[in-house]
Amino acid sequence: MIHGAGGRATAELIRTLFRRHLDNPLLAQGNDQAAFAVEAGRMVMTTDAHVIAPLFFPGGDIGSLAVHGTINDVAMAGARPLYLSAAFVLEEGFPLADLDRIVASMAAASRAAGVPIVTGDTKVVEKGKGDGVFITTTGIGVVPEGVEISGDRARPGDVVLLSGSIGDHGIAVLSKRENLTFETEILSDSAALHTLVAEMVAAVPGIRVLRDPTRGGLGATLNEIAQQSRVGIRLEEAAIPIKPDVSAACELLGLDPLYIANEGKLIAIAPPDKAQLLLAAMRAHPLARDAAIIGEATQDPHAFVQMRTRFGGNRMVDWLAGDPLPRIC
Amino acid sequence: MADADDIKGISVRVRGLVQGVGFRPHVWRIARELGLTGDVLNDAEGVLIRAFGPRATLDALLAALADRAPPLARIERIETAPLNGPAPNTFRIVESGAGDVTTGIVPDAATCPACLADIRDSENRRYRYAFTNCTHCGPRLSIVRAIPYDRATTSMAAFEMCPACRAEYDNPADRRFHAQPNACPVCGPRLWLEGADGATLPLRGARDEIDATARLIRDGAIVAIKGIGGFHLACDAANEDAVARLRAEKRRSGKPLALMARDIAMVERYAHIAPPESAALESSTAPIVLLSRRADAPPLASGIAPGQTTLGFMLPYTPLHHLLMEGLPGPIVLTSGNVSDEPQCTANDEARERLSGMDRPAIPDGKPASAFPEIAMADAFLMHARDIVNRLDDSVVRLAAGRVRTIRRARGLAPAPLSLPLFQGAPAVLAMGAELKSTFCLASSGRAIVSQHIGDLEDAATHADYRANLALFERLFRFTPDVVAVDAHPDYHATRLGEALAAERGLPVARVLHHHAHVAAVMAEHGVPLDAPPVLGIALDGLGMGDAVSDQPALESPHLSAGKSIDNKGERSDAFQRTHRPLWGGEFLVADYRACRRVASFAPVPLIGGAKAMREPWRNLLAHLHVAFGWDEATANFGDIPILRRLTAKPVAPALQMMARGVNAPPASSAGRLFDAVAAALGICFDEATYEGQAAVELEALAASVCGQDFGHWPIAARKLPSRGMGEDDGPIRLGWGELWQAVLDDLARDAPPAIIAARFHVFLADTVADTARSLARREGLARVVLCGGVFHNRLLLEGVIERLAGDFEVLAPALFPAGDGAISLGQAVITAARAIPASPR
Ligand SMILES: [Fe+3]
Ligand SMILES: [Mg+2]
Ligand SMILES: [Zn+2]
Ligand SMILES: [Zn+2]
Repeated sequence: MIHGAGGRATAELIRTLFRRHLDNPLLAQGNDQAAFAVEAGRMVMTTDAHVIAPLFFPGGDIGSLAVHGTINDVAMAGARPLYLSAAFVLEEGFPLADLDRIVASMAAASRAAGVPIVTGDTKVVEKGKGDGVFITTTGIGVVPEGVEISGDRARPGDVVLLSGSIGDHGIAVLSKRENLTFETEILSDSAALHTLVAEMVAAVPGIRVLRDPTRGGLGATLNEIAQQSRVGIRLEEAAIPIKPDVSAACELLGLDPLYIANEGKLIAIAPPDKAQLLLAAMRAHPLARDAAIIGEATQDPHAFVQMRTRFGGNRMVDWLAGDPLPRIC
Repeated sequence: MADADDIKGISVRVRGLVQGVGFRPHVWRIARELGLTGDVLNDAEGVLIRAFGPRATLDALLAALADRAPPLARIERIETAPLNGPAPNTFRIVESGAGDVTTGIVPDAATCPACLADIRDSENRRYRYAFTNCTHCGPRLSIVRAIPYDRATTSMAAFEMCPACRAEYDNPADRRFHAQPNACPVCGPRLWLEGADGATLPLRGARDEIDATARLIRDGAIVAIKGIGGFHLACDAANEDAVARLRAEKRRSGKPLALMARDIAMVERYAHIAPPESAALESSTAPIVLLSRRADAPPLASGIAPGQTTLGFMLPYTPLHHLLMEGLPGPIVLTSGNVSDEPQCTANDEARERLSGMDRPAIPDGKPASAFPEIAMADAFLMHARDIVNRLDDSVVRLAAGRVRTIRRARGLAPAPLSLPLFQGAPAVLAMGAELKSTFCLASSGRAIVSQHIGDLEDAATHADYRANLALFERLFRFTPDVVAVDAHPDYHATRLGEALAAERGLPVARVLHHHAHVAAVMAEHGVPLDAPPVLGIALDGLGMGDAVSDQPALESPHLSAGKSIDNKGERSDAFQRTHRPLWGGEFLVADYRACRRVASFAPVPLIGGAKAMREPWRNLLAHLHVAFGWDEATANFGDIPILRRLTAKPVAPALQMMARGVNAPPASSAGRLFDAVAAALGICFDEATYEGQAAVELEALAASVCGQDFGHWPIAARKLPSRGMGEDDGPIRLGWGELWQAVLDDLARDAPPAIIAARFHVFLADTVADTARSLARREGLARVVLCGGVFHNRLLLEGVIERLAGDFEVLAPALFPAGDGAISLGQAVITAARAIPASPR
């Protein structure tokens, strides 16, 4: 159990816990900051606060998610992630064993990704003023020469690619949190996508847009891109990969997989003549075996996202103001 | 001729639907008959007449104007004022210039008797001409692109009038004076018939394309026919194969198909017709009229109206339809040319592509055997080159409680304005309407113009139609909004469009509660004055966004948790607030135009899976039983009833968990879902409803089948549960359904026939609604009761409630506008307009 801010013993416990898992030369210097040489070129920096219930879910936990999420946000600029920082807000009474598990998972994720956590901080708040643990991670990275990726660069005629199946993370988290049981356990797709991005950028440096469809899912993310780029987007429902068990769960829950969160998928938008090249590069990577061309950008001053359904109709794919609420009457 | 001294001048202002209907030549003829001089012109306010003559003759003019009007005109007001100045020598019609403002456009009208006589007269130059029309009939809204309403701004611009037609057009004495779509076989559009492959089909001895089409239909073909407001698909209504094929190709599994008959006599063979119904059938609107099917009707294909006791009939409304039906011995199916929920096709290429079936994946279960082997939905296309500018579905009406009531308001009804005389001085309001049966409304200068039914805005083509129609209406009616009114639901596409439009033009957005809009629409239709005392509004529908302030969690069920965030990333978010916005659908509101207060409602029951609950009625049955008894108790006491065994085979465990945890199971006080649940209990649409409201419609049909029999009533009343007040004792009353479900399950356990249970349910619900209304209206001192919401399209319920209340209250029910969401835009508009006018002291 973690004790209040005054608990000197707890503070020491936490320190050793972090040191045990997150050992790397920069962190080991024991400074309040990490110092390192900067490469020439454009750098990117991102930060993300992670709050999630439940903390542990099939296919991941808040620790690995905090690492993957921030690495992915760096990578979506086409950048190579260099370093991460992590700040923890712990609620008094949070089990130390859980913290140990989370930090171990972060460490494993960071090691596997080759992106070390080089600085961090921990605060403990009174019981009732937090919800177990909140983790904020910050990441920096460098963008290779000649790569210019941004949400406002999609052009009419560009091709929209998706790296794999949608909805896995959101359904995994929801089913765990709400104790919903399905035929087979659905695992989160939480993963670090920077090595995939590296391959993609190497194959097609002219990729225009990269984005990971996390909160709000594919539907919200494509609407953001459409708005930023002032283009329409036309999707092909039949082309969007979805696992049968995720699809069945969505049917039962009445949830639209287009709006379900993902943590290990990316959307890429590229000029049409590079689409096949990019698709091949994606499919060659283990995290994008199921990559597919799912649509194209169109000329549309309204920046609407539409989807051709399996029945041949076209459906408006709007962003949602929050949770889906039935629009029927 | 009278002495110059006796000559007086008057100016006569005629307001209403008086432009584009032959009003000026009508005045011209009267003036000429009476020997008056002066002129007549169209302007922004309607028609202006300046007439000079002896007093008595001027009076005769006014009397004639009040007495007779052109068939399509609707005079709202005539105002006169003395006029000075010299009298001219003649009476003339002043041409409208391009810069003149006109007051809009009238609805499309069915072929008039005179034109019908023309096409049947072998000596007439329009003999069998499909595009015959005159000032009293023919296309209007469907062909107009811009104002002023002139041939050049319609899709007839492509056809230059021949000298004969031009002469008619220019002659004020002719029925075709300024008939913009005037045409004849020499100069107007022509028909052609092509196959699914696009090749022109030979006539093979038929005398023309229409005759050839009739033969194809007789032989079992499905023919796409370009009509007034869009393409239809037609086939022989008695041909089992053709109808089955049409259903399969359209992917329309359960929704009834509309029929066209040659004349009233033919309709009468199939359905009972009351005088108001035959009047509706033969009116210039020529809507689809839902009629009760005769027991001794000649056979029709079983797929016409499965699960229904009604048939939807219309009569021919263009020369093409008249001529086609003359070549057919019985009724035809004439249904919108589309795939399931999409809008009907309007353009030739679109029809070729979409209705030929080439753009769709093959139907998995194979094609039905047929003499027409193509994969096409339509075997042939009857086409022409007059563009349909504005898609207009066929209007649908039904007689209920003594009045013909609109179910779908489109061709022939839109865009006729509704007068709001007491709203003078209000801002111009653009109201965006609802989602599924969307319409928009332009309200200004004391009148409201409601668009035709446009449809489900989630469909991209419908969404585009909505935007195009809105732009057109703004131009047609020279409308500039001061404020944009939207539904309280943040995710309606119409709400989004309204917000975007308001942001673009720097206008304020007014949000209107869905059910308040339902009530206000009916008030406006009935001309309830702005500062009249409040009404008791009973809004029963599927679903609409409610008001968070007056809502509290359900009282009677310990099995439910309040709604909560289902943010599926797992993050906490502002969603908490949002999911606490209640969903309404069975509401009793004390309302005036400006405000409403909820005084009672149906008890909230979770929608398991949100919108999925509309598609799968078993979800509502499970939710209702769970709220009423708890699932365990329900199965313990009634587990042997077949329908409960059937329910047990559904994924009950996760569904219960969804309700317990509030996962996409928002509580809703929906009347529509109560109907779904009862229908499901009787095995109607248990697994799936294939169109909106199917379960309720079929439940009503089942109940209607025992109408007039003594089916016995349940000796029960709905439990009235006081709401858990937030410091106040008299929060809204909740109508709980425990007794109802006990009665339904008891009946099922006794093997009572489903029709009896359905009928008892209707009686119970009418009693419950009327009793609740009576006690609330007395408590609140209200004299008027308004019935609204899509559930009141149910005739048994509407008539039941009216019957029970009419003696003691003034009961207002919708007729000109739909009870359902097609009227939401009107309600939004009048509420927003009224709120801008300071209340006058009572
Ligand atoms: Fe409604
Ligand atoms: Mg981020
Ligand atoms: Zn006519
Ligand atoms: Zn002509």
